[in-house]
Amino acid sequence: MILLKTVDLRKQFGETRACDGLNFVVHKGEFLSLVGSNGAGKTTLVNLISAHLQPDSGQILLEDRDITFTTVTERIKAGIARSFQIVSLFDGLSVFDNVALSVFSREGKAVKMARLADHDEDVRREALEVLGQFGLASKAEVPAGGLAQGERKLLDVAVAYALRPRLLFLDEPTSGVSTHEKTQIMDTVSSVVRGGMVTAVVIEHDMDVVFRYSDRIVMMHEGAFLADGTPDEIRANKDVASILLGAPLTG
Amino acid sequence: MVAQVQVLRGRSALPLAAAAAAVLMVLILVPSYFDTYQVQLLIYGLIAAIAALGFNLLLGYTGLLSFGHSAYFGVGAYTVAFVAEHLGPHSMEFYLLVGIPIVAVTSALFGYICVRHTQIFFGILTLAISQVIYSLAMKLYWVTGGSDGLRVPRPALLFGALSFSGPHGFQQFITLYYYYVLAISVVCVLLLWVIVHSPFGKALQGIRDNEVRARFLGLRIRRFRWISFFVSGTFTGVAGILWVPLNGLTTPDVLYWTYSGEIVFTALLGGFRNFTGPIVGGIVFTYLKTYAVASTEYWQLLLGVVLVTLVLVLPTGIVGAMSRAGQRLRQRRGAT
Repeated sequence: MILLKTVDLRKQFGETRACDGLNFVVHKGEFLSLVGSNGAGKTTLVNLISAHLQPDSGQILLEDRDITFTTVTERIKAGIARSFQIVSLFDGLSVFDNVALSVFSREGKAVKMARLADHDEDVRREALEVLGQFGLASKAEVPAGGLAQGERKLLDVAVAYALRPRLLFLDEPTSGVSTHEKTQIMDTVSSVVRGGMVTAVVIEHDMDVVFRYSDRIVMMHEGAFLADGTPDEIRANKDVASILLGAPLTG
Repeated sequence: MVAQVQVLRGRSALPLAAAAAAVLMVLILVPSYFDTYQVQLLIYGLIAAIAALGFNLLLGYTGLLSFGHSAYFGVGAYTVAFVAEHLGPHSMEFYLLVGIPIVAVTSALFGYICVRHTQIFFGILTLAISQVIYSLAMKLYWVTGGSDGLRVPRPALLFGALSFSGPHGFQQFITLYYYYVLAISVVCVLLLWVIVHSPFGKALQGIRDNEVRARFLGLRIRRFRWISFFVSGTFTGVAGILWVPLNGLTTPDVLYWTYSGEIVFTALLGGFRNFTGPIVGGIVFTYLKTYAVASTEYWQLLLGVVLVTLVLVLPTGIVGAMSRAGQRLRQRRGAT
């Protein structure tokens, strides 16, 4: 079943066609990886779908509802959330408050000023539960600015996940961390996301990670799709290997 | 990085409440031990503290530097002066009753314009609007008295139950007005404390730290900034309302941009990253300015030196520096 679909989506920056007529499809419940070299247009595609950018032309459909011209707030209400490639947190707030703010926002409670945030037991329980799922419960009281890089990457995902989206975009959730941490982060992220029945689209560079965790892989190159298939199909695709990686794949 | 990793102390507000109660006890005892002049100064200090606390909701918690908060202080002051002149009852409660809605509406209106921009553009807009109000106060002299300003007689307190005339009227007024302002200060501090610790306050801090991410949480940034501006201006306006009866006179000076500068100075002095910073700043600044003016003709130079030193040596203000020193002390104790 199709959850999200783009129709002939285009975005151009000067002479560069970042998205050149893309027909992108996300199926309900899948864990999809979006791969491709730097500048292939992956982040632009996510920016368009999350309303961070407006497309030049084309349509974005969420379960056949046209959301092309909706605002960020409306898209979040419709169930589309995202994390950021460069960790984007509220560094002055505690780890707990980072996640709690997502919950407050989702429940429309963020405008309340007559009661203490910590006294909302429902939000508190939910935020602690999400932190627990991401292995951050012990750091709840630490300022987000004081976390180690790997934990910051996880918190970035947790903040987006706490919005309880139907479709979650993760822009390089493992960039800038060690190989060892990459596996830990992806183990955590994929188990939480799959456990929560959330459809996820992950931008990732590390092909080992991609092959290991994805249900489906979509490859981009210069604003267009180059290949689309299961990890086995992509692995078998010799063209993809030579174009994207410049060398034959092993393993 | 490692140094930043510090576990925030418990969420319990008990130690804070105990400290606040102790400070309040001391403040309650002040009129018994100090003369009228000192008490009067402290009232000015408390009023400056309310103004700076309100201002700091924008600077410290929302990340917006207003350079025009004199407008809200001044509108509060002039509203009281107009009420005293035209509407009759010289009652403090009546002043507040009329004044608060007017400063609230003014803040909401100007805030709506100002929050269209951020950073320096926001600052310039707030400054420009405050200068417009200042010019009006100067030029519409048949209403505002121009540069002479307007006199405000001593009001009765508590719905006319306490009025002050006769030979000792001034002393009595100062003592009772001190408690009056102290009580309102406590209410303002409590209200603002709840606001900054509410979901709304957390959202403001989120917006301050990372606007883009806040937007991707579904928060409508401009609306939050607007409400913050409205609340901030209203509290600073309340300070203006309380100030007039004490001063007995309002002049366009309180609308001029240098007065906005003093509010900024006050918040920096105490520390805008701490809730209590502006309170300490308000009281310290009042004494600093009073004694600087009294001791030298070049008092502005003196305050300038203090400001430069502050920015270079104590960027987190008095409260910021003290809490850091306290932290080090605890760490050292923990280490041995």
